[in-house]
Amino acid sequence: MTDMASLMEDRAAAKVISDKMHKPVDWDSPKIARNIKKRYAAERRFKIYGLSAIGIALLALFVLGFSIGSKGYSAFFQTYVQLEIHFDPAEIDPQGTGDPAVIGKANFDGLIKQALRDRFPEVTSRRDKRDLYDVVSGGASYDLRERVLANPNLIGQTRKVWLISGDDFDMLNKGYIDADVDEGSRRLNDKEISWYNTLVSSGAVEKQFHARFFTSGDSREPELAGIWGAAVGSFYTLLVTLALSFPIGVLAAVYLEEFAPKNRFTTIVEVNINNLAAVPSIVFGLLGLEVYLNVMHLPRSAPVVGGLTLALMTLPTIIIASRAAIKAVPPSIRQAALGLGASPVQTVTHHVLPLAMPGILTGTIIGMAQALGETAPLLMIGMVAFIVDIPGGALDPATVLPVQIYLWADSPERAFVEKTSAAIMVLLAFLILMNGLAVYLRKKFERKW
Amino acid sequence: MAAVSQSAMTAEPSVSSPKMTARDLNLFYSDNQALFDVNLDIVERQVTALIGPSGCGKSTFLRCMNRMNDTIDGVTINGEVTLDGRDIYDKRIDVVQLRARIGMVFQKPNPFPKSIYDNVAYGPRIHGLVNSRDELDEIVMTSLERAGLLKEVKDRLQSPATGLSGGQQQRLCIARAVAVSPEVILMDEPCSALDPIATAKVEELIDELRSNYTIVIVTHSMQQAARVSQRTAFFHLGKLVEVGETDQIFTNPKDERTKGYITGRFG
Amino acid sequence: MSLSFLLLAVAALCALSFYFGRQRAVALSGGRYSNLHSLPAHYGTYVALWCGLPALLLLLVWHIFQGSIIEAMIIAELPSEITGDSGQLSLALNSISLIAADNGQHLTVSPEVIDAGHRLANLQSIANAALVVVMLTGASIGVSLSYRKISPDLRARNNVERISRWVMIACSAIAILSTVGIVFSLLFEALHFFSKINPVDFLFGLEWSPQTAIRADQVASDGAFGAIPLFVGTLLITIIAMCVAVPVGLFSAIYMGEYASSKFRAVAKPALEILAGVPTVVYGFFAALTVAPFLRNNGAILGLDVSSESALAAGLVMGVMIIPFVSSLSDDVMSQVPQSLRDGSYGLGATKSETIRHVIFPAALPGIVGAVLLAVSRAIGETMIVVMAAGLAANMTVNPLQAVTTVTVQIVTLLVGDQEFDSAKTLSAFALGLVLFLVTLGLNVFALKVVQKYREKYD
Repeated sequence: MTDMASLMEDRAAAKVISDKMHKPVDWDSPKIARNIKKRYAAERRFKIYGLSAIGIALLALFVLGFSIGSKGYSAFFQTYVQLEIHFDPAEIDPQGTGDPAVIGKANFDGLIKQALRDRFPEVTSRRDKRDLYDVVSGGASYDLRERVLANPNLIGQTRKVWLISGDDFDMLNKGYIDADVDEGSRRLNDKEISWYNTLVSSGAVEKQFHARFFTSGDSREPELAGIWGAAVGSFYTLLVTLALSFPIGVLAAVYLEEFAPKNRFTTIVEVNINNLAAVPSIVFGLLGLEVYLNVMHLPRSAPVVGGLTLALMTLPTIIIASRAAIKAVPPSIRQAALGLGASPVQTVTHHVLPLAMPGILTGTIIGMAQALGETAPLLMIGMVAFIVDIPGGALDPATVLPVQIYLWADSPERAFVEKTSAAIMVLLAFLILMNGLAVYLRKKFERKW
Repeated sequence: MAAVSQSAMTAEPSVSSPKMTARDLNLFYSDNQALFDVNLDIVERQVTALIGPSGCGKSTFLRCMNRMNDTIDGVTINGEVTLDGRDIYDKRIDVVQLRARIGMVFQKPNPFPKSIYDNVAYGPRIHGLVNSRDELDEIVMTSLERAGLLKEVKDRLQSPATGLSGGQQQRLCIARAVAVSPEVILMDEPCSALDPIATAKVEELIDELRSNYTIVIVTHSMQQAARVSQRTAFFHLGKLVEVGETDQIFTNPKDERTKGYITGRFG
Repeated sequence: MSLSFLLLAVAALCALSFYFGRQRAVALSGGRYSNLHSLPAHYGTYVALWCGLPALLLLLVWHIFQGSIIEAMIIAELPSEITGDSGQLSLALNSISLIAADNGQHLTVSPEVIDAGHRLANLQSIANAALVVVMLTGASIGVSLSYRKISPDLRARNNVERISRWVMIACSAIAILSTVGIVFSLLFEALHFFSKINPVDFLFGLEWSPQTAIRADQVASDGAFGAIPLFVGTLLITIIAMCVAVPVGLFSAIYMGEYASSKFRAVAKPALEILAGVPTVVYGFFAALTVAPFLRNNGAILGLDVSSESALAAGLVMGVMIIPFVSSLSDDVMSQVPQSLRDGSYGLGATKSETIRHVIFPAALPGIVGAVLLAVSRAIGETMIVVMAAGLAANMTVNPLQAVTTVTVQIVTLLVGDQEFDSAKTLSAFALGLVLFLVTLGLNVFALKVVQKYREKYD
C-alpha cells in the first residue's frame, strides 16, 4: 500500500502549496505584451529564413539554367558565308570522266580559297591570305564535294554557295568577339574584321540552323563538332547497363524480399547494398579499371566496359526501388495465390511482379537517368579519348554525352563554350524526359491498397 | 412543441457566469461536418466530462476550445467560443496566449525528448513568465508537486522524461500544463493509455486540481466521468444531445439516446 | 564472332530447347497433362535452363581469363630485352595489339613485335573459335542430359524453381562481389604502391608532387607523395559546401514540412528535385565558367585576389548540388517526429518556430546528424565539380580564395592519360582511392546506423 500512502502524502503537500502558487498570470501586463511581440518577431524571422533558403535553392537553379541557356542557344545556329564558287572543270574533273571517284579526290579546298581570293583581291601577303582562308571552315570543302557529287551538272558553272564559316568568324558574328577592344587582345585582327564587315554589308553572312551539331561526331574544329557520336556512345553504354542491372537487380530484390531467410548472408547483402549506394562513383571507376581492363583485358574506351561499370553503380538504386515496390504489394494477394496451390515462384511471377512492375520500372528509369549523367567512372576506363567516328557497336571506342561535355569544357576555343552549353541542354533534355516518364508511370499506376 | 429547435433544446438552462461557452458551433473537415450547432457552458472550477461513442465529435469539440484545430489543414469553424465572455476566435485574440490560458493534456503521454525539468520549464520559458533561475526552479517544483510527481522524480530531474513510466509521463504532461498557470485545462482521454493504478492516481489528481482550475475532460469510460466530474455532456453524431449535473445525467437522463448510451445499448 | 551474335545464338538455342522439352513432355503425357508431375512448360523451361546456363557460365569464365592467358603466351615468346623492362614491355604490348587489330602498319617496331602481333591476331581468332565450340558443347551436354531425364515423374517445376532460386541468390551475391571487387582491386594496387612508398610518408607527408622520372637514366627524384595537402584541400571544399548545403537544405526542409501550403510544395519540391538530378559535370561547367569568373571579378572589385580556380567556387557549387540531398533527408527525418509532440508544444501555447526549435529539431537531431554525415561523404567523393573547377597544384592552404586540389582531382589526373602500373605515380591513385573508399565507407556505415537507430525510436 506504499503507493496509496505516497499518494496521500503528495496530496497533502499539494494542498499546502496550491493556494500559495495559484496566482493567475496577468496576460495583459506590458512585460508579457513585449514578450509576445518579440516572439512573433522571432516567428516571422524564422519563417523568412525558411523562405529564403528555398529562394536560394531556386535562385541557384535559375542562374544555372539561365547561364547554360544563354550561353548555349546560339550553338544551334551557325554562321554561313556566301561565296561565288567557280566549279572549275580543270580542277574537279580535267578529263571530264564524270567518275565519282575522280570528283571525290578533287581539291575543293582550292576552289574555296580561289573564291576567297577573288572576293578580296587586295589580300596579297601570305599571312593575310592564311587569315583570309580561316573565314571559311576547313569542313566546307567536304560539303562542297557532297554537293558536286550529288549534282555533277554543277561542274563548269559559277554559283553562289553558302559555306560554313570558321569558328572565330562565327563567334564574331554571334557577338562574342568585341570589335571595339584593342586589336592585340582579341582573336581577330582589324583586317579580318574589315572583311567581315564587307561580307555583312553585301548580305553574304547569315546564320542557319546548325543540323551538323546533332549529326556529327567530335572534331577539333568547333564548327564541325557534333554530339551524335557521344549520344550513340551513351546509348550503347546505357544499353549494356540496362541489360545487366535490370534483370540482376530485379532478381536480387525478389529474392531478398520474397525468399531470403533471415540469416547472415541476407544481412551482409543488405548492408552491402546500402553501402554501395553511397560509395563515390569514382571508386567504381577504379574498380572498372582494375577488374575489367587490367584483369579481364576488355577493350579500353568501349561502351561495354562503361556499361559494366555503371551497371554495378545502378544496381543498388534498382534493388532498393524494386524492393520497395514489391513490399507495397499487399500480403493478401500472395495468400490468395498460395491458397490456390500456386508455388512461391509462381506466386511471385504471376502476381507480385506484375503488380510491382510500375514501381520497379520507375526506379529503373531513375537509375538509368543517373547513369546517363555519370562522368567520373568513365574517365577512369578511358572513355575520354578523342573519337571522331560514330561508334558502331558496344565494343568500338566511344565517349558519352557527359564526358563529351567535360572534354569540350576543357577546350580553349571560345566556340566550344557554346557547344558545351548546347550539349548540356541536350543532356538535360534527355534527363528531364526520363524523369518525366518516371513521374508519369508513378502517377498513372499509383495504387492505394 | 414539435418544432423546438436543436439549439433551444441543448442550450444550457441555468448556468450563471460560465468560464467558457460555445454557441452554435459548427465544424467542417473539408466537406464533412463534424460538429452541428453545439451550445455548451463550462462552469468555473468544476470538472466537465464529455462522453459519447467514438467519432461523436467530443474530442473535436475539445480541440475547438483552445483552437488546436487551427493546426489542421482544411478545417473551417463557425459559431462562437468564449473565454470569460470574449470570443476566442476573434481576430484580436492571440492564439499563443490563448493556449497558455487554456492548457491541454493529450490522450497519449507526449513528453518532449528532454529532461524532466526541461519539460516542465518549457512553457514558462517560452512565455517569459520567469525572471530568474530560482523562480523557474520554484515553478517546476510546485508544478511537479501539484501533479503528484515530485516525490518520484526529485532525484532525477535532469534525466530524460521518456524514461518515466506511462502514468508518470502523463502526470508530467499535467505538470507541464500546470506550469504556465492556465485557467482551464482540457484533457483528451488522459487515462486511455494507462493501467488502472496510474489511472486512479491521475483521477485523484484531477479531483485535486479542481479547486484551482476549470477542467474539461473527454472520456470513454462512463465510470470515470461519474467519478471525476460534476457536470457531464453527452455527444452523439456530432451533436450535443444532453448536458447537466453528472448525477442527473447518469441517474435520470432526459434524452432517449443518452439513456441508451449509459445503459450500454450502444457505444 | 561478335559477342551480341553469340548471345543471340544462345537465346535461340534456349528457345529451341524449350520447344523440344515441352513437346517431349506433351508426348509422354499421352495427351493428358494430369499424368505429368508438372506443366509441360516447366519441362520446356527445365531443358532451356540446362541449355542456357552452362553456355553463359562458360562464356563468362572464358572472358575473365582469355585476355590474361593470351597475354602471358605472347610475353613468353618475346625476347628478354623487351620483357626485362616493364616500360618497354607495355609499349611493345600496345604495338602488338595495334598490329593484331590491323592498325599498326605505320609503326616502326622490331620484327619480333610484328611477329607477336600476327601471333596475337592468330591466337585471338583461335580463342574465339574455341569459345564457340566450348559453349556449344556445354549447351548440348546440358540439353541432352536434361532432355533424357524428362519423364512424367520428373519434378520439373521443383527443379526449375530450385535453379531459379540459385540464380536469384547469385544475383544478390553480386552486391557482395562488387564490394569485394572494390576492396581487392584498391588494396592490390595500393599495396603495390606502399611497397615503393612508405605508408607513413604517404599519410602524413606535407608535399605532393607525383612527378616520376620519365626516362630511366634521368636523375629526377621519385616525386613526393605526401597526401596531407590533398586531404586539407578536400576538407576545405567540403566545409565550404556544407556551409551552403546544411543551413539552406535544413531550412528548406523545415519550411516545406512545417510552413508551406500544399500548392507551394507542389511547385518547390520538384524544383529542388531538378537540382538533385542535374549531372555533376554540368555543375562543374557552371562552377568553372560562371561562378569562378564571377567571384574573381567581384573579388577584384573588393581588392581581393581570388584565384580563378578558387576553393570557394568549387565549394559553393558543390554546396548547391548537395542542398536537395540534405533537404530531402532531413525532411524525412523531421516528418517522423510524431504529431503528438507537436500537439504537446502547440497545446502549451508555443509558436511554430518555438516548436520547431525546441521540440522537433532536438528530437530529430540524431537523424539530421546522420543526414549531414551522408552529405559530407558525398561531398568528399564528388569528382567532376572539383576536377573542372578546382586546381591541380597541391597547395597547403585553408584560404578559400586560393586554389587547392582534392583527392578525387588527383585520382582523375593521375589516371587519365598514360597509365603505367609499375610507377608510383599511377599506383598512388589507387592508394588515394583506398583512403577515399575507407573514409566514405566509415562515414556511411556510421550515418546509416545513426539514422536506423533514430527510425527505430519513433517506429
